[in-house]
Amino acid sequence: MHSLLEVESISKSFGDLTANNDISFSVSEGEIVAVLGENGAGKTTLMNIIFGHYLPDSGSIKFKGEKIPVGNTRAAINLGIGMVHQHFTLAENLSVLENIAIGNQSLLGFSIDFKQIEHKITKISGEFGLAVDPRAIISDLSIGEKQRVEIIKTLFGDCELVILDEPTASLTPQEVDQLFLIIRSMVKVGLGVIIISHKLDEILRISDRIIVLRNGKLTGSMDKANFDKSILAEMIVGKKTERPEKNKGKKTEKLMELIGLNISSNVGSPMGLSDINFELFGGEIHGIAGVSGNGQRTFAEVMAGHIRPDSGDLLINGKRIKKITPRAFMDEGVAYIPEDRTSDGVVGELSILDNGVLTETKNPKIANRFGFLNKKSSIKFVGEICEENDVRFQSLSQPTRLLSGGNIQKLLIGRWLKRNPEIIIACQPTRGLDEGAIVSVQKLLLEERDKGKAVLFITEDLDELLLVSDVISIMFDGKLMGPYNYDKLEKREIGLMMTGSGIL
Amino acid sequence: MRLEVRETYSPALSIIAPFGAIIFSLLCAFVLLFIAGAPPIESFFYLIKGAFGSPNALAETGARATPLILTGLAAGIAFRAKFWNIGAEGQLYAGALAATFFGTGLIHLPQFLMIPFLFLVGGLAGALVILPLVILRQLYKVDEVVTTLLMNFVILLFVSYLLEGPMKDPMSLGWPQGSPVIDNGVLPQILERTRLHLGFLIAIVVAICLWVLLSRTAFGFRIKSVGHNPSATYHAGIPLFKTVLVVACLSGALAGFAGITETTGLKGYLTLDLSPGFGYTGIAVAMLAALNPIGIIFSALFLAMIYVGADSMSRAVNVPTYLADVVVAITVLSVLVSLILINYKIQIGKLKF
Repeated sequence: MHSLLEVESISKSFGDLTANNDISFSVSEGEIVAVLGENGAGKTTLMNIIFGHYLPDSGSIKFKGEKIPVGNTRAAINLGIGMVHQHFTLAENLSVLENIAIGNQSLLGFSIDFKQIEHKITKISGEFGLAVDPRAIISDLSIGEKQRVEIIKTLFGDCELVILDEPTASLTPQEVDQLFLIIRSMVKVGLGVIIISHKLDEILRISDRIIVLRNGKLTGSMDKANFDKSILAEMIVGKKTERPEKNKGKKTEKLMELIGLNISSNVGSPMGLSDINFELFGGEIHGIAGVSGNGQRTFAEVMAGHIRPDSGDLLINGKRIKKITPRAFMDEGVAYIPEDRTSDGVVGELSILDNGVLTETKNPKIANRFGFLNKKSSIKFVGEICEENDVRFQSLSQPTRLLSGGNIQKLLIGRWLKRNPEIIIACQPTRGLDEGAIVSVQKLLLEERDKGKAVLFITEDLDELLLVSDVISIMFDGKLMGPYNYDKLEKREIGLMMTGSGIL
Repeated sequence: MRLEVRETYSPALSIIAPFGAIIFSLLCAFVLLFIAGAPPIESFFYLIKGAFGSPNALAETGARATPLILTGLAAGIAFRAKFWNIGAEGQLYAGALAATFFGTGLIHLPQFLMIPFLFLVGGLAGALVILPLVILRQLYKVDEVVTTLLMNFVILLFVSYLLEGPMKDPMSLGWPQGSPVIDNGVLPQILERTRLHLGFLIAIVVAICLWVLLSRTAFGFRIKSVGHNPSATYHAGIPLFKTVLVVACLSGALAGFAGITETTGLKGYLTLDLSPGFGYTGIAVAMLAALNPIGIIFSALFLAMIYVGADSMSRAVNVPTYLADVVVAITVLSVLVSLILINYKIQIGKLKF
């Protein structure tokens, strides 16, 4: 086997943070190398350096024995390095064909030879089993299909090394299987593949070699013959992390109820909901499983008072709610932790202090009756949030965007918990967090449950769902299945229901 | 060349950068003066002298700064909420129209009531112009840059119609101008025999009030938050529609105030050349001050100095007054670039800034 990529002592730091510290590894033709590590371990930074998005502080990269210029994406692509990003970079309103044409046409060209491009797409699809209709519009495709388009787009540039950044992040177990078949057919023809992931089980199934990063350092590498799950897990986190104890919550009274709720899905608006009947009890974590985009977000937004349903009733504490605004629901004791914490949760440019009191501009302790803010009590208020929830920061006046994802999430959850809500709606609250932060967020939610609060827990991670929830419902295509008792469900069954194919 | 995000925030840099930008743009002006065939240092001397060299020059600079402070505040408060009000010019004329309608004999009040009354109706008129546009934007996502900009032309043509027809002063010997404001409505002079009037002080007081509102109250906090991230603000239970509506109306009212000061303080009557683009220059004023109300007072004075000084400079060394516009444009561009520098590092080859 010929060596394809050699990374030699790459280091990169951002300010005080060392993202990559003297990292070396190599990839051969026909080899699948997995880069494992927690979020913030430096995986994506390393890949961005290989792909030329970032300039390394030191070190060099060789491709097929020749040094490649660093910090030059165009050169990396021309040499044959392709990257499939975690977040898709497709134009939703264009077809598959047009999306692929965009990236591969010279800016000054007069016409695009769509026939030739379509021909090549068909050829690539056939060769690697990437079934997709070139004429389909991107917005009509599923997540799995969009990913296939991304892969075709990458392969279209005749690349020899493919970097896949968290490719399984939002796929169902079935879609993951399909993806792995595609990856296998890629290495069969001699391509090198790098997969970035933090899901150990999947990586053990697909890769030939695993390298592990922790805090920017290479902590180990292991060949297929020697794969050992527990040793790898230790390399990733450094020490054994303590998962919260699984114990059943004590169900109390019904706090929220949705009866016959419908929302139509208009063009441009999120997925609709049809005929939702749902009950949320105190002292219980109700988990919602489902592939993202099947209406979970709409569901959460209805329960938080952001969207007015077309028909049906919404009851909180047995009372029919007529005024549908976030503020009205907050006053009824609802807290909503949104899926995207940086764009919907905090205002990144504003300080930690400002973000900590953002929900409190009507709180007489924070703003007096003439509307003047009380800075002293704001500082006390936010200081308490940070202390109670272990938010680590340098100064309350630093912009919130400089905090790590875990600290942002703890600040956000802490702010809501400070309002002492009865109902907590948590959308993907642990997504993108490192192991330590995941555990503390899960613990926070379990603590609230034990205090008798009702928690709605939406996640795509089945392991987490089974770990935390007391009851589980599954959402597919705007419909809700369940509730099921968690110990009566197999992971496989949930997986099937998530794709709509195994309705019990 | 590439841009990298600065991971740390430097307060010193955010103060130094805009001043560096102003110095850079003055150097550019040097070069331009040189190309125009004027002695640069001497020209600058005339510019400073023209703006500050005598009580009359000072008064003239203050009078010119008055509407700029108000339109600057109008742009500043709206831009903080990311409501791009480009229509201060039209709102200014709406305010002036209100002054002419109510202040030329329709209503008679003692001076201490008449002046506040005219500001009230002028502010209302400015807010009224912007009201349908902000509703269209919040409900149907109609781009406010387009609507507020086009509204300027609608209002200007409407004013033109009124001054040629129903509102034309019969004593104006055929000129298209409104009737003079009654004596009780005229803003008194601060300095005898100059054009500096009470409006200048009113504008400064308004700026200070606005600064308190924006930096000390829950409402100002909401505006800031809406501007930076409307979605997170909405999720925190702050009503977007109401907040943006109030911001836009305040913005329109401030521009309307500028129409009042110009009509009742400077000219005494409405004409079609009441404002040589104060509404548009207000945007530059606000940008130059990074949208800070106190900063807007100083940036308005700075731009007024350049405009007033350029007049006397052009007379003394025979260069076109348009040079003032060029200097203002370069200054605004440099300040905007310097604001980028606060947040990003620039790397050219091995050099880092």
